[in-house]
Amino acid sequence: MSSNPDKVVFQGVSKSFNTKGEDLLVLEDVNLKIAEGEFVCLLGPSGCGKSTLLNIAGGFEAPTTGTVSVDGEPVVDPDPRRVFVFQEYGIFPWASVWDNIVLGIRHLSRERQHEIAQGVIDLVGLSGFERAYPMELSGGMKQRVEVARALAVSPDVIYMDEPFGALDSLTRLTMRSELIRIWEDRHPTILFVTHDVDEAIQLAERVVVFSARPGRIEEIIDVDLPHPRDLGAPEYGQVKNRLYERLGVSHRI
Amino acid sequence: MTAAWIALALAVIAAPLSWLRLSSRAQEWVLPIALAVALVAQWDLACRFTGSVIFPTPHQTWLASLELIESQRLWGDVVASLFRVTGGFFLAAGVGIPLGLVIGWSTRTFRAMNPIIQGLRPISPIAWIPISILWFGIGDGAGIFLIFLSSFFPITVGTTAAVRNISLVYQRSARNFGVRGLALFRCVVLPAALPQIITSLRIALGVAWLVIVAAEMVGMDSGLGYLINDARNAGSRYDLVVATMILIGLIGIVLDFLIRRLERFDEVRWGYVQR
Repeated sequence: MSSNPDKVVFQGVSKSFNTKGEDLLVLEDVNLKIAEGEFVCLLGPSGCGKSTLLNIAGGFEAPTTGTVSVDGEPVVDPDPRRVFVFQEYGIFPWASVWDNIVLGIRHLSRERQHEIAQGVIDLVGLSGFERAYPMELSGGMKQRVEVARALAVSPDVIYMDEPFGALDSLTRLTMRSELIRIWEDRHPTILFVTHDVDEAIQLAERVVVFSARPGRIEEIIDVDLPHPRDLGAPEYGQVKNRLYERLGVSHRI
Repeated sequence: MTAAWIALALAVIAAPLSWLRLSSRAQEWVLPIALAVALVAQWDLACRFTGSVIFPTPHQTWLASLELIESQRLWGDVVASLFRVTGGFFLAAGVGIPLGLVIGWSTRTFRAMNPIIQGLRPISPIAWIPISILWFGIGDGAGIFLIFLSSFFPITVGTTAAVRNISLVYQRSARNFGVRGLALFRCVVLPAALPQIITSLRIALGVAWLVIVAAEMVGMDSGLGYLINDARNAGSRYDLVVATMILIGLIGIVLDFLIRRLERFDEVRWGYVQR
């Protein structure tokens, strides 16, 4: 839907794991193009391989067949230009908020570090907590640190693996609208893995629906609604019905 | 007999205490002190009851403690033991922590060295006494060497395990933000392993304090272990023996208290929170 050039391209990506002498196919022939600055959600039941796909895109795992490329270059290793926001807290508990955030910009001058770190701290709403340690923060604030640390390196692509999964439902809603605000501010390309249909519709421009294992792309659905999205709007309900249908579950209980 | 006395003493002490409504903070002080008083009373009663002429009463032990404090030699022995323990302990930490970090991080080094370390580890430091005297003679050198041996294995094995347990998500974070080489050790591996390294230091120091007394009893001519042996050999002064034992216990508590201060730093506190 975006007219921007392709940023992340998956070509024929498959992945199988060898467990107890048997090959277990978790991803099958994934082909997907994500445009620069696009916000895409990968939606599927748990165990469908969507996190594995993200790990491959991040360079943490290699595909069994196929390739992933960013800006036309194949991904072989993790790279600070493409940053991962982890499901469990990946921020370092032994370092203060400030020291966590400057992790990826250590090589810059003091003044530059200060400028960038203060900028992202203000952006994610952590002002006043620079000297705090993660154990003194709530779950939502830890996740803000994680997002700020990612934004500090001005990444082209941000991979998010169920980043709000461990938060309570109210904090989760706040974090979603904050994320949209940040995305509209900086426009990085975002690949966001979730198994939450509402989360996918609230955030994404496109939702990629995966089948259960082995994970295959079932359908790609455009969410053509302006932000802020009205959860009660009839269009919203239509998209939701369609997604539930594609996932093969009934949401009328 | 003894068990009956303890039960009686506990009952006598505990009965009035249960009527007092003490805060949990007060309980932490009052209960152990009450129990200690009960045990000392029981010790005194046992001495009177058996009419032993060799085993000292609490009062005789108290007088022996004063005698030790007044005699100038006690401080020399305390300093000798502490010098050997701190010397051997810091040497072991200086070698064991870097070595443990490397063994824990590099699978090849782990494969090469782990079997040898596991093979040497079960040998009691006491068994090394003849060799340590052969190499270093009677004196501080042998003591420091023995404490080095007894601290080295807990520290190295503890550090190795700490590094091997570093969560995958921290390693991935580090890789993702391009942290490698020496910065990886300084910014991630060492701080992630530090809480567990401090625990291994604490265990090592406790073992070192046990070993130095035994070593001084067998193969040295100064220190608190030697003092115990000397008091027994020079006229069965069991009052001095018991007084020294109590002093060894008290110094052990102080050493543990000091090393536990390390657990309070902001950089490691996260590692001791209940998960």
